[in-house]
Amino acid sequence: MTGTDYTFAYLDEDTKRMIRRALLKAVAIPGYQVPFASREMPMPYGWGTGGVQVTAACLTPEDRLKVIDQGADDTTNAVSIRRFFQRVAGVATTTRTAEATVIQTRHRIPETPLTEGQILVFQVPIPEPLRFLEPREPETRRMHALADYGLMHVKLYEDIARHGAIATAYAYPVTVAGRYVADPSPIPKFDNPKLSDSPALQLFGAGREQRIYAIPPHTRVVSLDFEDHPFAATKAAGVCALCGDDASYLDEVIVDDAGGRMFVCSDTDHCAGRRAAGLGPSAAAGAAAARPPEHRGAAAEAAVCAAAGPARAPVPPDPAGGQHPAPEAAG
Amino acid sequence: MDAGLALTGGFADPPVMAARAFRAILDAMARPGRIHRLEGAAPPAPLPPAAGAVLLVLADATTPLWLAPGLDTPDVRAWIAFHTGAPTAAPVAAAIALGDWPALAAEQGFPVGNPEYPDRSATLVAVVPTLEAAGARLTGPGIAGAARLNVPDPAWHAANRRRFPLGRDCIFCAGDRIAAVPRSTIVEAG
Repeated sequence: MTGTDYTFAYLDEDTKRMIRRALLKAVAIPGYQVPFASREMPMPYGWGTGGVQVTAACLTPEDRLKVIDQGADDTTNAVSIRRFFQRVAGVATTTRTAEATVIQTRHRIPETPLTEGQILVFQVPIPEPLRFLEPREPETRRMHALADYGLMHVKLYEDIARHGAIATAYAYPVTVAGRYVADPSPIPKFDNPKLSDSPALQLFGAGREQRIYAIPPHTRVVSLDFEDHPFAATKAAGVCALCGDDASYLDEVIVDDAGGRMFVCSDTDHCAGRRAAGLGPSAAAGAAAARPPEHRGAAAEAAVCAAAGPARAPVPPDPAGGQHPAPEAAG
Repeated sequence: MDAGLALTGGFADPPVMAARAFRAILDAMARPGRIHRLEGAAPPAPLPPAAGAVLLVLADATTPLWLAPGLDTPDVRAWIAFHTGAPTAAPVAAAIALGDWPALAAEQGFPVGNPEYPDRSATLVAVVPTLEAAGARLTGPGIAGAARLNVPDPAWHAANRRRFPLGRDCIFCAGDRIAAVPRSTIVEAG
């Protein structure tokens, strides 16, 4: 007991056994969505009930838990889930990616490379990558059984026909270990390359849709594409206004009513770590100068914007506070 | 049969000890060939402690269990019945199959799942004499490069792998040690 009148990690043992059996099958069949008897959790669907159940089934008292919501440790969803496990499991928590053993995430993969001792638990709203193409579950199930993924390629092709490029920017479909097409949850496609050959175990939980799937460590994960339109991980052309990073995934923040905006790192731990190391917007100018010419314009513009930002409107004391509204549709 | 024996040997603190044991099993399944220690269970002989722990973590009234004749003693049956409540079943209905490797390998009936639901397949909990990182060469998901494990029967695993995504997943138990070889692993004789 944790001294809080909850059994360790909230769920009863029968439920944990059921989830654990599903997790093992999910790991054994990479990318395949294992049905499980998702429970009602003390939070609404869309706030990470699937991720919470997977985390609860995996946690041990020795773990150190990190919870992020769109990269941020300090937003409502992340704070409430972290407090939930502090209370019902008594586990240590952290905001430092490198110190965490279990990381529950909504829609981002941390910038800091994951290591072998870590488990990354994704909150998933719609686990079925084919669902918006084919609403009938028996049909999508048959398509997975036959590895019939032509429809997905048609969708990507239609993107190209319409927009000149694959317009899917998040929840970009992947093939796991050469067999199942899976939805990586609504992470930006910038994060897709991190899915492949990760030293960490990646688990996906969809509470409302009652599915669990997994990407084992060191597993090849390929983002779907075409030879003449290869997959490209993209991000906003800019540098972080706070830490000057030009390689991390950026959020665009509106800072006033006059069109003022700034880019900041989506990953608050990454950004805070760089600032603690003395890196800042001034370093951004240096970084911008070192960039290839085609990028210099945008980067320099962002750096200027950052420099001008505080004069036009006070930078919020916590850059993450305003940029992530209440979560929507995270399983 | 010793009636008292059946009542002892479970996890002293089930939520916490099952959590630790599951993490070891999960890591074993996610990194085929890696050997983990499973502690906390003390089942009656000839069931090794690791196999007892695997049952305590995974088996309950919803998981039909097939027991190989070599392990099917009254003491083992009573211990499993008391601690897990798992009903015994014929091979074709088994969610978990427990036995020494030759008995499991000889039995053809364990479910392999179906194309729509490949997860509806048996997990084989195999009691083996030893586990060491030597012998058969393992490659595939979860393995950086290649791993070695003294898998008793590489040909069986090769046949199992050919059915992928159908197939059975194996957890090997020796004393208090486990290693796993899921259906996704390619096993070649070393």
